[in-house]
Amino acid sequence: MPLFKSLGTRLGMTPWWLVAILALGVVGLVAAATNGDYSVIFGAIASGIPVTLGVAMVAFVAAIVLGLVLGLLKSSQVRIARELATFYIELVRGLPMLVVLYYIAFVGAPALAGVLNWLLSPLIALHWMEPLLARDFDFATRAILALTLGYAAFIAEIFRAGIESVDKGQIEAALALGLSRGQVTRRIVLPQAIRNVLPALGNEFVAVIKDSSLVSALGVQDITQLGKVYSASTFRFFETYNVVAFFYLCLTVSLSMLVRRLERRLKEGQSR
Amino acid sequence: MSFVTIRGARKSFRDQRGHETALALDGVDLDVGKGEVVLLIGPSGSGKSTLLRSVNRLEILDSGTITIDGKVLTDKPADLRRIREDAGMVFQHFNLFSHLTILDNVCLAPRLVRKREKAIVREKAIALLARVGLSDKLDRYPRQLSGGQQQRAAIARALAMEPELLLVDEPTSALDPEMVREVLEVITGLAREGMTMLVVSHEMGFARAAADRVVFMDAGKIVETGSPDGLFDSPREERTKAFLSHIL
Repeated sequence: MPLFKSLGTRLGMTPWWLVAILALGVVGLVAAATNGDYSVIFGAIASGIPVTLGVAMVAFVAAIVLGLVLGLLKSSQVRIARELATFYIELVRGLPMLVVLYYIAFVGAPALAGVLNWLLSPLIALHWMEPLLARDFDFATRAILALTLGYAAFIAEIFRAGIESVDKGQIEAALALGLSRGQVTRRIVLPQAIRNVLPALGNEFVAVIKDSSLVSALGVQDITQLGKVYSASTFRFFETYNVVAFFYLCLTVSLSMLVRRLERRLKEGQSR
Repeated sequence: MSFVTIRGARKSFRDQRGHETALALDGVDLDVGKGEVVLLIGPSGSGKSTLLRSVNRLEILDSGTITIDGKVLTDKPADLRRIREDAGMVFQHFNLFSHLTILDNVCLAPRLVRKREKAIVREKAIALLARVGLSDKLDRYPRQLSGGQQQRAAIARALAMEPELLLVDEPTSALDPEMVREVLEVITGLAREGMTMLVVSHEMGFARAAADRVVFMDAGKIVETGSPDGLFDSPREERTKAFLSHIL
């Protein structure tokens, strides 16, 4: 009974969790198209999608840059570099992201304005520019800065693990050929480390998208904030948060699946 | 005059708290003449690999001096660069760069370190890979090759820097038996052409065919030195006899 067996295998291999989530998605879309209340809520909250994505993407890219620097410092041969990186990473990872967010928004931003004013004081004295005020940094900027600083600590650890996963023998071989430490890092270690951490970075992007909802605490008009405002004014909590969850899941589940595919392709490449 | 002169080489390994855990080299003197092939043998932990690796400073000696071509090796970056450019190294586990093709593995150091022109480097690399019998594998990645092929590619990579000295650390220990011969043939060929070599290996056939001198080490010291036939057939020291009876 080959037909029967293959049907059984196929049913056994189906990722039922995904089918269930897709079904929920279809229900959501049908509701948006047919139910008047839902289409109003969809319209009210959809404008938060570019804000959520924008905050997450800018913060993620900046966190990758800062995280790479911290990861290199943490795996450096120089002790003071390692200590500094570890200090930063442990400090930031030990705080709830929401606290980092408030801290940057209400302590960091005025401090930054003060530092910039001090640096630019000659220009201010010449009346070429006005002194900066904390409110010159809008809350979206402060939120992005906070997510960047917070996620850089997590991403630094990912890069450190990637760097340490590179075969020590290859580093010795490169040194024995006369490459400098910097050349070894750029030409041998980083290309392999980055390839190894791509899936982990993808998962981190999904996490940034989810944590970007914290910026609603600063009043940034992302998906969560728009949902909060809409539900508070209409008392339609059930429908509104259904829509909020629907939007987040569309973003995160599809990204997670892309990451899985990337992971599979990298694995296949490894065993070519 | 010898090309490599090692005097009073001493090295101990320490744990993280700085306590001495093992004495790897306990006052070793060794000379390798230009064009000479010296084979290091000895039980594991006898210090033969440490001695080999200290020549291009992958291991730093606690005391003692190493002189290459009349110049004493120091910590200065210029010295380090010079010895590493002029001494090629072949490793037990090949250590090919896994993200680069075989051809790029061979081209990397001449381009980055010697700053040679791309086309010239490439042409020479292709010729070297042909010499070790890998003409049809230029665009493969290391993991797509057998162990013997990887080791031959690693030899080509070392030769691309035109070294005056080749340090070879157990080149066949990680290979399946049927691949040992193809690697040893390449190394024997180099020996015949007059390459100066310091080799750690227990391959007796290779030693008799290619080595000028065999050095037996035990517990960080040189116990006995002799011609391959002399040392293998009529060792003088008891420890040498005991070791040879184990591996023959």
